[in-house]
Amino acid sequence: MSDVTDATTGKAAPTPDDGLRIADSNDSGPVLAADGTPLKKSLSRTLRRQKMRALLLIAPLLIFVLVTFIVPIVSMLLRSVDNTIVPDTLPQTVSVISEWDPNASDLPDEPVYEALYYDLFLASEAKEHTKLGTRLNYEQTGLSSQFRSVGRDLDEIGEDQIDALEDLAEDTWDNEAFWFDLMRGGENAENTDQDVLDRARARLRALTGDAFTGGTGFLPGAEISALLPRTAYEYASFAVFTAIAEEDVVAEEEPWESVKIALIEELQAGADVSSYNGFGAEELRAAQEMLADQPQQNFKESFLEIDEGWGNPQTWKTINVYKSPYTSGYFLNAADYQLGFDGVEARPENQQIYIKLFMRTLYMSLVITGSCILLGYPVAWILANLPLRTANVLMILVLLPFWTSLLVRTSAWKVLLQQQGVINEILVWLGFVDDANRLILMNNATGTIIAMTHILLPFMILPLYSVMKTIPPSYLRAAKSLGATNVTAFWRVYFPQSVPGIGAGSILVFILSIGYYITPEIVGGTDGVFISNRIAYHISSSLNWGLAAALGTILLVVVLVLYWCYDRIVGIDNVKLGG
Amino acid sequence: MKLTKTLMATTALTVAAASAHAQEMADSMTVVSWGGAYQASQKNAYTDPYQEMNEGLEVIWDESLNEAVAKLRAMDEAGNITWDVVDVVAADALRLCDEGLAMEIDPEEDLAAAPDGTSAEEDFGELLVGDCFIPQIVYSTTFGYRTDMVPEGVEAPNDICDVFDLETYPGKRALEKRPINNVEWALLCDGVPKEEVYDVLATAEGQQQALDKLATIKDDVIWWSAGADTPQLLADGEVFMGSTYNGRLFAAIEEQDQPIGMMWDAQVFDLDGWIIPEGLPEDRLARAKDFIMFATDTQRLADQAKYISYGPARASSAPLVGQHAELGIDMAPHMPTDPDNAENTFLYNYEFWADYRDDIDAKFQAWLAQ
Repeated sequence: MSDVTDATTGKAAPTPDDGLRIADSNDSGPVLAADGTPLKKSLSRTLRRQKMRALLLIAPLLIFVLVTFIVPIVSMLLRSVDNTIVPDTLPQTVSVISEWDPNASDLPDEPVYEALYYDLFLASEAKEHTKLGTRLNYEQTGLSSQFRSVGRDLDEIGEDQIDALEDLAEDTWDNEAFWFDLMRGGENAENTDQDVLDRARARLRALTGDAFTGGTGFLPGAEISALLPRTAYEYASFAVFTAIAEEDVVAEEEPWESVKIALIEELQAGADVSSYNGFGAEELRAAQEMLADQPQQNFKESFLEIDEGWGNPQTWKTINVYKSPYTSGYFLNAADYQLGFDGVEARPENQQIYIKLFMRTLYMSLVITGSCILLGYPVAWILANLPLRTANVLMILVLLPFWTSLLVRTSAWKVLLQQQGVINEILVWLGFVDDANRLILMNNATGTIIAMTHILLPFMILPLYSVMKTIPPSYLRAAKSLGATNVTAFWRVYFPQSVPGIGAGSILVFILSIGYYITPEIVGGTDGVFISNRIAYHISSSLNWGLAAALGTILLVVVLVLYWCYDRIVGIDNVKLGG
Repeated sequence: MKLTKTLMATTALTVAAASAHAQEMADSMTVVSWGGAYQASQKNAYTDPYQEMNEGLEVIWDESLNEAVAKLRAMDEAGNITWDVVDVVAADALRLCDEGLAMEIDPEEDLAAAPDGTSAEEDFGELLVGDCFIPQIVYSTTFGYRTDMVPEGVEAPNDICDVFDLETYPGKRALEKRPINNVEWALLCDGVPKEEVYDVLATAEGQQQALDKLATIKDDVIWWSAGADTPQLLADGEVFMGSTYNGRLFAAIEEQDQPIGMMWDAQVFDLDGWIIPEGLPEDRLARAKDFIMFATDTQRLADQAKYISYGPARASSAPLVGQHAELGIDMAPHMPTDPDNAENTFLYNYEFWADYRDDIDAKFQAWLAQ
């Protein structure tokens, strides 16, 4: 909008914004609006109201886009660094393993195995341990079955001591009601320990992702939980899980082996039960006496018995490397590197694939974009220069592929391109190609380029057409009348005006082809597949969503960087999708 | 008189019990399967008769099985599971079970016993893989070849190693674009005894050995990723031989009359069956369990073989396998489990592949891209 100039003073006429400026600059006191409020305030209030109204108008769309597009993408991208499953499933192990020196050749000490036992016991009750096994199996082959087998055999650890404890007296240590009364400190315990229950809830919440709110019908006794803290913690976890996840009555369920093991350990370690006089004091004293003769629980040995993988320092190094809630491992993996035990290192050469696929994706997308320009430009030119009626009919031919399923079009290319296909048959029949040496047009990069060029062609033709439509034919005539040859007239006059269309078409085709995977999968063979095919594989087959997210993030960043370069070189203002 | 009364009373009781039972069950059920001929056989053998028994029951088929594992995980994370029974291969069932996405089943309680009283656990035998998987059929991945492309004076291929013999059997091969099965066959034909295949494959050298063997035919291989690819490639004469599921080859040979021969040597048995997603509401769970109990009984499993050439997973179903419903041919000789076909077989090693799948696949894909 050109400035309106006052003819008498030569000054620009006042605009609403000037009101604000005047209100600001006036130092002889605020200018007041008609209703007595300062003009500045009143103006900005009006402006704000207008902005709010505008925002309200676009709110439905904004919320829709946020909820269905931005949020899922961001949450998917966050998976590329998310590693919370390790510290959530093995919280105690992770905290004690830092005392272990991973560079030493020794295995971790007993406390680590002990922590692992309690962590895994709860995880296997909640059926979360195999998830962790799957997660860690991406980093070290074999951990999947190692975790599965340990989950099966965990309740055999310490069987002998548990049997001895239960044989000690009738109807006590194998009696669920006795355990319940013991752990709540008798029927009418005065002091209760809400804290241990809350910790158990938090532990289960982190482990399973469920809320674990609601009543448990169990309140730990303060005295017993001070006397036997680990037992109380394990029993509280058992109680919360039994009451909320399994919807059973705590007092009617036999406690887990891990609770009994915790009790045995604490009694053997010399918990001072002699001064305790709450419910079950007698039985506790008898049990401590009996257990004094029993061997100490050796978790390390038990784990090695279940699966010798637990005696492999590699297992522990892997857990140690991936113990933090966030990891760069997926991104490194996506760039053919890995988090080794001594820091970042290149993956073994026979596993490097992603950089190659990224480069191939970019290169082939460029080739496809180029061939789309070559094929689309003349078509768009013809369409733009034909009478409208004919152009509209021809336009339907361009749009027709849009209305056909992508899969159908790709399969049609298969019929055309294969070695016994239509194109080869015709060439052999015409004698251009020897029957024994038919052209290999698909299951390689050629197939991908041909099929994708065809599929993406409309995205090039449409913007080109709409830009060319706006170039007046008289310009070309003028150039020719001034002595230009056909070529010069086209190259110096027509082509520069059609560049915005090429820009728009190229961006569309390039960005679409970077993310394609169905067509390359069907006609691409092995050297015509894109990075998206690996992303799809990790999403739907290997379930390694972290790696898929990392690959996707890199792809997104590459596209954004290219877009930025394009903007710097060509200028995004020069892109036109229409007149 | 007395008898009639008793009969009437029993009937009344049964009806009352049945209707009381039915009230707790959802009146619609979403079944997820593979589509195509396989799903049609399930419809004919399982859901149609089941719907006849349960009037007013609506069965919704979902054919998005190729992404079943990923979709189920996404549904679970969104907290809204819309599937009731899902048909998956055993390896996927194992993974879903590990992920806590499939419900654990108790074969004694959830599956029907055989008519002669054999318990379900014994009837399915070792096919009950993992804790969540309910086996339905045994299928195999095996080779088919163009009978008209066999060179003159040469015997038709009947040994797995003929696939690797480009001199005697020149021509393209179609192999699946994943390491599973291919690396086993490669090792087998590289002189590794059958019982040592997985021990060798567990080592880096063994994996390289398998890839090196595959490299000898790499230039002549078209890699497929959908089961329908190989029959099409064979039918068009694009390849000489190719691996695929035996049911696909049966359809190409018997139903479409293509000049294709079966090569059963070293076929790899795999299982397909049901899982019930974890976390279904009670009424839908009751419906799913009721359907599973019905659909995996001895007769129903045998019925499915009328429509497709996959072997029933129960031992007790085998003698009941009859003729093809439309073609009228005996189905038994077309079953992968038929003694004549099963002289040399592999059973998909679930435990091994659960551990090694990602590792070997990374190497395989890098090798493919070279």
